[in-house]
Amino acid sequence: MQHAIRISCNRRNLKVVRDFVADYLAGQQLSEVVVNQLILAVDEVVANFIIHSNAEDEKQFLDVRVDVHNRELGFEIEDGTVSGFSPGPYQEPDLREFVRVGKKGGVGMMLVNRIMDRVEYSTSGEHTICRLYKTLA
Amino acid sequence: MKITQHATDTTLTLALNGELDASSSVLLDTELSKPEILRTQKVLIDCQQLNYISSAGLGVFISHLQTFQDANVKLVFFNMQEKVRNVFEILGLDSLMTIVPSEADAAAV
Repeated sequence: MQHAIRISCNRRNLKVVRDFVADYLAGQQLSEVVVNQLILAVDEVVANFIIHSNAEDEKQFLDVRVDVHNRELGFEIEDGTVSGFSPGPYQEPDLREFVRVGKKGGVGMMLVNRIMDRVEYSTSGEHTICRLYKTLA
Repeated sequence: MKITQHATDTTLTLALNGELDASSSVLLDTELSKPEILRTQKVLIDCQQLNYISSAGLGVFISHLQTFQDANVKLVFFNMQEKVRNVFEILGLDSLMTIVPSEADAAAV
């Protein structure tokens, strides 16, 4: 059974999404560390869509869906804007360089890619969709 | 996110309470950006009540680390919950930052 939530593009709604994911995962018998990792991965993608794609325009909405098939957990985050956040080919950043220059951002997708088994972005019409997959132990 | 401060002549302790995400991290950034913080010897971050950290929170610490090091200010984390420490470990930040178990350990750094 699929679970879904729609939020407006306000960063205060990040907590709403985290609680939604936590509620779903509560029934999956996962450790606290793994649950936190999965919540974090979704939080990072949603934050990027809210802040970078939609400039925190509360008139815009994101849809977050979660489902599990054969122990593979799948999250789908759909952004209804034309200029959805869609990173190019992923490259691991150099954290020591980030420290040296005092860089504040840029590690969110590093977390997502290290936590999830697969990270996929696609566009359909004026929508951008990010799908995250993780096989549960 | 609530931040409680305790200062001595040489040490500033910031106790973080709540969730440090893209919404709340600006509070922490404001505290760590105050010029007087560079006149202390050590900044201790009490993470006992820190229940969550995202890249925005990590980014605040990353962005100040070099400035602190240049000013000979030690940045030390203690009382970190396992799930929060795990986020530092995913990025390898536990090898770039000082994370110790207890306040006593932090005082001894």
